Amino acid sequence: MYVAVKGGEKAVKQSRRLVAKMRRGPETVPPIRTNQIEHQMGLGVDRVMAEGSLYDNKAAATALKQAQGDTMEAIFLVRAFRTTLKRFGTSAPIDTQDMQIIRRISGIYKDIPGGQVLGPTYDYTHRLIDFDSDEKKETPLKNQVPTVDSTEQDISPQQMTRVIDILRQQGLMDTASPTTPHKNVEDLTREPLKLPASRSIRLQNLARGDEGFLLGSAYSLQRGFGLDRHPFLGELRVGYIAVKYTPPELGFEIIIGKIKLTECFMINRFDGSENKPPGFENGYGLVFGQSERKAMSMALLDKSLQNSSNSDSKTKYPAQDQEFILSHSDNVESSGFVQHLKLPHYVDFQSELVFIRNLKKEHDKKKETCLEPSI
Amino acid sequence: MSHQYNFAYLDEQSKKMIRRTMLKAIAIPGFQVPFGGREMPLPYGWGTGGIQLTAAILGKEDTLKVIDQGSDDTVNAISIKKFFKTTADIEVTESTENATIIQTRHRIPETPLKKGQIMVFQVPIPEPLQFIEPRRRETAKMHAYQEYGAMYVKLYEDIATYGRIATAFDYPVQVNQRYIMSPSPIPKYDNPKLNQSPAIHFFGAGREKRIYAVPPFTDVKSLDFEDYSFELESWNEPCSICGSTTSFLDEIITDDEGTRLFICSDTEYCQKRSQGGE
Repeated sequence: MYVAVKGGEKAVKQSRRLVAKMRRGPETVPPIRTNQIEHQMGLGVDRVMAEGSLYDNKAAATALKQAQGDTMEAIFLVRAFRTTLKRFGTSAPIDTQDMQIIRRISGIYKDIPGGQVLGPTYDYTHRLIDFDSDEKKETPLKNQVPTVDSTEQDISPQQMTRVIDILRQQGLMDTASPTTPHKNVEDLTREPLKLPASRSIRLQNLARGDEGFLLGSAYSLQRGFGLDRHPFLGELRVGYIAVKYTPPELGFEIIIGKIKLTECFMINRFDGSENKPPGFENGYGLVFGQSERKAMSMALLDKSLQNSSNSDSKTKYPAQDQEFILSHSDNVESSGFVQHLKLPHYVDFQSELVFIRNLKKEHDKKKETCLEPSI
Repeated sequence: MSHQYNFAYLDEQSKKMIRRTMLKAIAIPGFQVPFGGREMPLPYGWGTGGIQLTAAILGKEDTLKVIDQGSDDTVNAISIKKFFKTTADIEVTESTENATIIQTRHRIPETPLKKGQIMVFQVPIPEPLQFIEPRRRETAKMHAYQEYGAMYVKLYEDIATYGRIATAFDYPVQVNQRYIMSPSPIPKYDNPKLNQSPAIHFFGAGREKRIYAVPPFTDVKSLDFEDYSFELESWNEPCSICGSTTSFLDEIITDDEGTRLFICSDTEYCQKRSQGGE
């Protein structure tokens, strides 16, 4: 029983036992191993890393197993782990031009220098469930495609110009004002969100924000609740990049690891204003792992929030409103608060009961007096 | 466990429902008829509307052409073609002339269409008034009362601000002097091809669950003003493959310095011309 005056401790203990049993499932089925999740459920792991704000495949895979595949629960586990980790320094900013590309596409030009690289994607698969997949004898991948193993991280080391830089060369887009990343980058995970937020904070918020929330919000923009025309995908690239760091005790830069990233430039037409010539503007998305849906949603929202942070712009729809988006994007926060309603609220509800009974009494009395025939 | 799908994927009841909606759409040119759009094994926004229409009208004797951005060979066109080849085992073609059904995204072929041919457009946003008024209940009223003032005001504001109408694709049209309709995101260059066309043009929006149509030999007028008439985009150079000066050209960037060349967007047309067909 949910409500008990006493015996809470025992109930919680039993519940934990039950959840462990449910997670394990029938013992006739072998348990999954975390390395299977890490390698065969890679996109799920990527999402947990992105929204967990921690690049750690193993932690994410373990969290997914522990949470029975509940992505948000796993993200929560990773966040709770992350918060215990020591911060030992700030890496050098990465330059995505050096990315070892596994996939790179542009929606605005048929062909681009370096080429369109389709890479691994479900985009052009037909979503037909392969019910036979379990019984199929898996032929070793080696025999099917002579491919580089993406986990080997030895992919084309070729530098690829960003499509957005081509538009810049042609004078069709603002040259980047590279706000030289300084040592003291604001950090949303260490400081509370202050509004209005700088672009750097907004991007951090979106990067760890809930994929579903970002997607729905970006979709609302596309459906006219915030955008007045069709945006374009300038470029989407997925690949690996080295993270460099200078330990103070060494004094020179070393590579501390490689991470997989998805980067997106979304392009909108700008018809010009008094101070700015007509051209294109861009929104930016960058997410851990391969998460194209999220990177694209992020880029659309980035643009929308950039527009609405201009003082003269009007905010009419939710996805243009910084406060609305930034305060509601975090699923550890929202999942916690929505579900806190499961907690006992007896005391609060008791006060409501007393109040509403009094109100009702007065209402009934008034009605009675109204109905009494006046003499 | 294995599963056998019906001819052209959808079950016959769904197809019948879609065909009925299509007949209604033909009867009220340019009017968006709601329909019970189905989930398809391709994502929304990738042509689910068009695929459902094609699936509903496809017969064993049909020859299907699928283009995306004018090209037969782009990944999405290939994917859709493969879908129908697998699920319906029908003939596919790249030739505009030989096709009985042409499913398209964002283009109308350069080769003139003939009587009996059916064009199926993939439509992302069927509502031409969406960016003026996103609320569907409002736009339904605007269409019902033919209250299109807001649309003309927008076009007028464009002219006042930029000296021209600022819509380059998905340029709104009025069908049969009645409904304002989105021609789908075809370049405005293609708009005139809809007017008095001998072919049937069906438009399917899967995500928004709307079907509309332009019957053969129907007036389709791109919106404009007496003193600011509808104008088409043009290029200063011909196609660098086939030399066409009358087709819609794509810009290709060939190196990091941004060197550009222009080629026909309609690949089949371009190929036919460069092989000396015309």
